[in-house]
Amino acid sequence: MIYFLLYSPMLIADNKSNLLEITKNLRCLVCQGQSIADSNSDFALTIKLVVEDQLKSGKNKNEIYKFLISKYGEWIVYKPSFSKDNFFLWLLPYGIFLFGGMIIFVILKKKKHS
Amino acid sequence: MKINIIRISVFIFLIFFIIIMFVGLTKNNNYNTKNLVGNEISEFQLISLNNNETFFENNDLINSQFTLINFFASWCSPCRLEHKYLIKLKEENKKIKIVGINFKDKKDNALSFLKELGNPYEFIAKDSDGSVSVLFGVYGIPESILINNEQKIIKKFIGPINQSHYKELVQIIN
Amino acid sequence: MLSNFGISSLLLTLTLSLMIIYYSFLDLRISNQTIRKKIYKLSLFQITLTILSLITLVVAYINSDFSLTNVYENSHTAKPLFYKISGAWGNHEGSLLLWITILVLFSFLFLIYNSNHEKQYRLYTLIFQNFLIVGFLFFLLLTSNPFNSLFPIPTEGLGLNPILQDPALAIHPPLLYVGFVGCSIYFSAAMASLVSGYEGKLFAKSIKTWVRISWCFQTLGIIVGSIWAYYELGWGGFWFWDPVENASLLPWFAISALMHSVIVLEKRDTLYSWVILLCLLTFTLSVMGTFLVRSGILNSVHTFASDPTRGTYILSFLSLMIFSSLIIFYKNYKKNFVQINLQSKEFYILVNNWFMVFFLFTVFIGIIYPIFLDVITQAKISVGPPFYNIIIIPLVVPFLFLMAIGPQSKWIKHRHTNLYKFLLLFLASIVINFLIYFIFGSYSLLSNLIFISSIFLIIHSAIDTYQLVKKKVKFEYPRIISHLGFGLLVFFIGINHHYSIEKDFNLKLGENKKFDKYEIYFETLNMEQHNNYKAIVGSFKLINIKNNSIDFLNPEIRIYSNPETLTYEASIETKLTKDIYLTMSNITRSEYYNIKFQDKPFMIWIWISALIIVLGGSSRILGNKKNEN
Repeated sequence: MIYFLLYSPMLIADNKSNLLEITKNLRCLVCQGQSIADSNSDFALTIKLVVEDQLKSGKNKNEIYKFLISKYGEWIVYKPSFSKDNFFLWLLPYGIFLFGGMIIFVILKKKKHS
Repeated sequence: MKINIIRISVFIFLIFFIIIMFVGLTKNNNYNTKNLVGNEISEFQLISLNNNETFFENNDLINSQFTLINFFASWCSPCRLEHKYLIKLKEENKKIKIVGINFKDKKDNALSFLKELGNPYEFIAKDSDGSVSVLFGVYGIPESILINNEQKIIKKFIGPINQSHYKELVQIIN
Repeated sequence: MLSNFGISSLLLTLTLSLMIIYYSFLDLRISNQTIRKKIYKLSLFQITLTILSLITLVVAYINSDFSLTNVYENSHTAKPLFYKISGAWGNHEGSLLLWITILVLFSFLFLIYNSNHEKQYRLYTLIFQNFLIVGFLFFLLLTSNPFNSLFPIPTEGLGLNPILQDPALAIHPPLLYVGFVGCSIYFSAAMASLVSGYEGKLFAKSIKTWVRISWCFQTLGIIVGSIWAYYELGWGGFWFWDPVENASLLPWFAISALMHSVIVLEKRDTLYSWVILLCLLTFTLSVMGTFLVRSGILNSVHTFASDPTRGTYILSFLSLMIFSSLIIFYKNYKKNFVQINLQSKEFYILVNNWFMVFFLFTVFIGIIYPIFLDVITQAKISVGPPFYNIIIIPLVVPFLFLMAIGPQSKWIKHRHTNLYKFLLLFLASIVINFLIYFIFGSYSLLSNLIFISSIFLIIHSAIDTYQLVKKKVKFEYPRIISHLGFGLLVFFIGINHHYSIEKDFNLKLGENKKFDKYEIYFETLNMEQHNNYKAIVGSFKLINIKNNSIDFLNPEIRIYSNPETLTYEASIETKLTKDIYLTMSNITRSEYYNIKFQDKPFMIWIWISALIIVLGGSSRILGNKKNEN
């Protein structure tokens, strides 16, 4: 029983699950806010095919993203790049978090003066 | 004093934010790939529709000053509408060659389409699964891409070529 | 005729609102403690008229009265009655009328239910709320009038969009609007509090219930929206970090933060300025959400027909709201001394607010940043699920722990930590997590932490409940229920995410496919004719090889004729342990159909957990009402 449970299919990484991961991160350019994985449009089917082919020929997901970005622009990936353009996007949230922490720290310290 | 600095900076930030939103309203929402103009075409190898042995590759682009790569299909009605401009382009302009890529189509249907409407193409390639279209950053048809002999993309025409596109094309190649 | 009636009642409502403002200003000068009867009467008249105009619109829909442009554009004689009615608020203009109705309703209810609070404060609240009403009425009458008439009167309407004909989608807007618009009343109350000086505990007491009501409805609205997306949109997901979904999440974070801080204000009379800021922020976010969704500035699956002129109006109104509230805040700001001790209950609530602001800010910047970038640099980027998941999920881990320990602490000063209990439960959580990990399949480090923290919250809540039952302390139950619900929600989402099986493949009629522990047979394909659509129904037999169970699934491709649309209806088998989800779509110019199969463990428990969260909050409101009587 444990033997059979241990070999659950989720432990096996294969091409198929990679395909899903990648296509979920790609934006369907002709749909309103759907990923390539979720869309049934013609464009989505074409892209799925291309990604599948590239995976079979051994490319990894970053190379595939780079390829598609060079053809279609940054808009096609859902994860914004870590570039200087997107500097504020990635850093501001945690910046605000730290800032909030500082405010709480200051509030806590006030008790010593009262 | 400190409070006033905070107040003023909050106000300035808010004014800035609101102005950006106002400007954002005026922008067009629909995405297109027109801003990929200026890039170099990647390496490609187009296979002829008629047989599997004839090819058209990057090197073949040097043979003419300009090449227009046109994605079309027999089942695509806007492609019918634009076709006459392609014929006109071929007949009236020596500096440009037109390469047709038949997108997700059947060979017989494509050939009868061309028999009916005329064949402006120097070379007809096939793209039965759409993978060639991705190489050129195409996401719908018809789309035509103007390339110069240095393999640079000069302009993308997304959608059927109409009168004003035609005039623009002629202007560019002359 | 209905058009004239509708417009007149709206114009009357506008006049009444202006009169209410005028008479309230007059009554402010009178120093007694009772509000003039005239103002009550005007308010009653105002709400009656508003409801009447809403009913007028609904009646127009029921009768398929196409003399109204709005009915013509959004309805059809062939629509079932239920959807004709819900169609009234399922479009931009109608939903705006609903928005205004709720604004007026809350104005009236707040007036009546707050008679034990100071007069000046109540009058100012009425005044500010009516300024909002007037603003929205102008917006409606000038740019989005549902009563615009059409001549010649068409015989049939345009609006038979099948996607909108769904029960969840029918109740989703009213629920969400009570949430969104309910915030308006404490926005006005906050402004009134600043101007009249009615602060501290009493202010907290007066807005407390309203905050909870808007929170419950907002949460319910979001849940129903997700349920609809899951069943209707055919992708098996329930949250896409879509800009419109995010726009409803922003006020939710603010209301949740406010709900906790207002308790501190009531019990300990501190954090007044912060509570005021949150009140002002919440409704501002609601209006901003409306702006983002209706102006066309964002690209999304949910957008209404967008119109830049409407966008300009809402943005101007929003700017007016922001600046006037900030100016009034600054003018009346008094520096109050805040003293909070480490590990006191106030401290933990402050920490909750800290996290909520972080979550809010992250979602906010995810929505706004692409717009900013586009305006400043012309670059177009997408911000989607990966961004939100990477930034938010790590901090959910400590948040869950804090949700368990926080409520345990006492007001003012920390007494003692039950370290023994903490460590025991922590160890138990780790053990359970690793049991799952080794028995069912591995996952990342972050996921381990998520499971440990959510299990910790769940067990902790269970133990708390047991201890409470022994002590018979009733008022703690709502909090435990909601926190427990949240822990369960995160837990089940985690399980669902890691153990879901998704398969995408192409199949021809008569073929079958084997994958994982399943075998699926594409048995038949039938054409069905219905009232307003044709359906291509595929019958699939799914055999689970491991336990030999058989399921029959029938996904459909529906072809509607009016307007010509194609939709894909998923076939969903809901069981206690999992949902089986199947969609079928045709591949043009091919005999093959694209099949998407999903095995989603414990899907229904996600909905149940979310509803438990609302249950906690709402039982608090009902419980309070009993106490007050």
